Amino acid sequence: MPANIRRLQIGFCFFAMVFLIGPTFAIIPISFSSANFLSYPLPGFSLQWYYKILQPQPWMAALLNSLIIGAGATAVATVLGTVAALGLSRGHLPARSTILAVIISPMIVPVVISGVGMYFFFAKLGLVASFLGLVLAHAVLAVPFVVITVTATLKNFDMNLVRAAASLGASPFHAFRTVTLPLIAPGVVSGALFAFVFSFDEVVVALFISGPGQKTLPRQMFDGLRDNIDPSILAMSTLLVIISIIPMSGGALVQKRAAAHANPQNKSE
Amino acid sequence: MAGSVTSELAVRQSSGAAAAQPGRALALAAGFRADRKRQRMISVMLIGPLVAFIVFAFVLPLGTMLFYAVNNPEVRNALPQTLEVLKTWDGSGPPPPEAFDALVADIKSDVPPNVLAEAGRRLNYEITGFRSLLAKTVRNVRNAEITVAQQHLLAIDEQWNDPAYWRVIQRNGSALTAFYLLSAVDLRPGDEGGAKLAPREERLFLSTLMRTLVISAVVTLICVLLAYPIANAVVSVGGRFSAIMLACVLLPFWTSLLVRTSAWIVILQKEGIVNRVLQALGLTDAPLELVFNRTGLYIAMVHILLPFMVLPLISVMKGISPTFVRASSSLGAGPLTTFLRVYLPLTLPGVGAGCLLTFIIAAGYYVTPTLVGGASDQMLSYFVAFYANTTINWGMSAALGVLLLSCILALYIIIGRIVGIDRIVGME
Repeated sequence: MPANIRRLQIGFCFFAMVFLIGPTFAIIPISFSSANFLSYPLPGFSLQWYYKILQPQPWMAALLNSLIIGAGATAVATVLGTVAALGLSRGHLPARSTILAVIISPMIVPVVISGVGMYFFFAKLGLVASFLGLVLAHAVLAVPFVVITVTATLKNFDMNLVRAAASLGASPFHAFRTVTLPLIAPGVVSGALFAFVFSFDEVVVALFISGPGQKTLPRQMFDGLRDNIDPSILAMSTLLVIISIIPMSGGALVQKRAAAHANPQNKSE
Repeated sequence: MAGSVTSELAVRQSSGAAAAQPGRALALAAGFRADRKRQRMISVMLIGPLVAFIVFAFVLPLGTMLFYAVNNPEVRNALPQTLEVLKTWDGSGPPPPEAFDALVADIKSDVPPNVLAEAGRRLNYEITGFRSLLAKTVRNVRNAEITVAQQHLLAIDEQWNDPAYWRVIQRNGSALTAFYLLSAVDLRPGDEGGAKLAPREERLFLSTLMRTLVISAVVTLICVLLAYPIANAVVSVGGRFSAIMLACVLLPFWTSLLVRTSAWIVILQKEGIVNRVLQALGLTDAPLELVFNRTGLYIAMVHILLPFMVLPLISVMKGISPTFVRASSSLGAGPLTTFLRVYLPLTLPGVGAGCLLTFIIAAGYYVTPTLVGGASDQMLSYFVAFYANTTINWGMSAALGVLLLSCILALYIIIGRIVGIDRIVGME
């Protein structure tokens, strides 16, 4: 490629990088503003907004709700998704593509439609405005991510290891616990991470089926953005950006370890 | 799969030996069949819990929504006797006198007031003003001594003489209705069966559908134009720059949607950083309207959907061997020819899949258009939520959901034909 075109491309990519991450970082200084307006220049430095989000109401209560619901949804989605991925990778399955379509359908249907449907259906069962309802809703929407991630990991898994374990007298469950699970752990962990991040960031279903007692963090932010924005939302955003860097680097680490598992000779250290 | 192939092979080999020992071969074959059956049982048992869970928490809710799009219980619950009389009415000419008696009887029966109110609301969807007519009639009739029902009702309101009102009641005697689904595409049921386009001022949803498709298409187009050079740089430049680029794509991907949406609202507002910079550079005198309109919506949606376009493009471009490009230039093709005739065609499957995926996600988007768009930028998903939450018109909400869902499923079928759903979600 001619050098001038390449330079043009690099320049373009530089602007694209600013576009991609600039906005997120541009709001961080405003969260330290001493005034309650949302623009530059800052009149002075203050931690008042961070003090405000550390109060129990409404932010910390919302954060706690999000953590509870996220943990519940992650547990349900990871267990059911991992077990199903094991079944899917064994073969011997009648109507495999139909089952696959059912499993990934929560990912395909726009979440507004899922939310309305759950609102109608859960209302009949008394699950609206309950933690259980929101956990189930988030789990079912997150479970395709778990199935996909674990299935991808199982593709590199050598089934002969399980047969070897069985021939040495291990029960199927024992073989799973001591052979299969440790080897597919990176996939399970990243699937669980996906599920948690999904639930922690989900707002549309929460808008439909959470009551005031289950207000999640995204819902608190959504309400704040719709009514009146003050810098406390930006302080919370800043915290979330810092938090989101953690799963990102965690995911990178897990992938690196999985790659090292796949090609042991890479383990040069 | 490998397991079943080996057992198949084993069965065939053992049948080769069958000439010598027919009995043993048959027993072996039966054993293999039993084993395969057992394996299948285990697979089903492993997948069963998840499928049951999805059916409960997803398929049944979706089914409930589809059902609400055609469910029509209100008038049947409130006015059974009236409907019984109207069964024999042909719908032309004045309403039958017995219908007035039946209506009075229905109102005076012990149906709870909210059932009548719901019927009024349902009928009002079809003729504006029906709700107040029925409410007025109910209030009056409940406490009145009535001798001649027809006279009494006409004294309350002359409109009861209009056959159109009775035809609407008659039409809603059935348990299922196409009314909401027709309304979702701006059609109204005609009095003589069939359907006609709603009056111009009442048309709302066809334009919303069009707007949804246009917004999604524009966002997709901008995304592919931005993503192509980015993905190419990530794949071809290599080294640290490529890693930084990739991190810049992934960070927004992992950042909360609401964080990104709030960031755009803050930096695009009138006193926001973008307007400040534009004014400082002398590019504009007055602050531009960048948010709560279509411009802001496009900017925020492109930002949110760009990673969904970049990542599939990267995976396609990674698979293209650089020798193709080198071969092309060694054969004398200029850079433009090489790009247009070698590189671009090789990336087209990725472009197609990325575009369809981005388009589908954009078409179903709710949060960002609601918060960043203006009143005239709202898409179908907004109205699905609006009718469910604000006006409590569940039928209309469900019908718009059906409309949105059918568009998206149609696109998924197209993707499935072109590249296969399995590949999109990375399961091959």
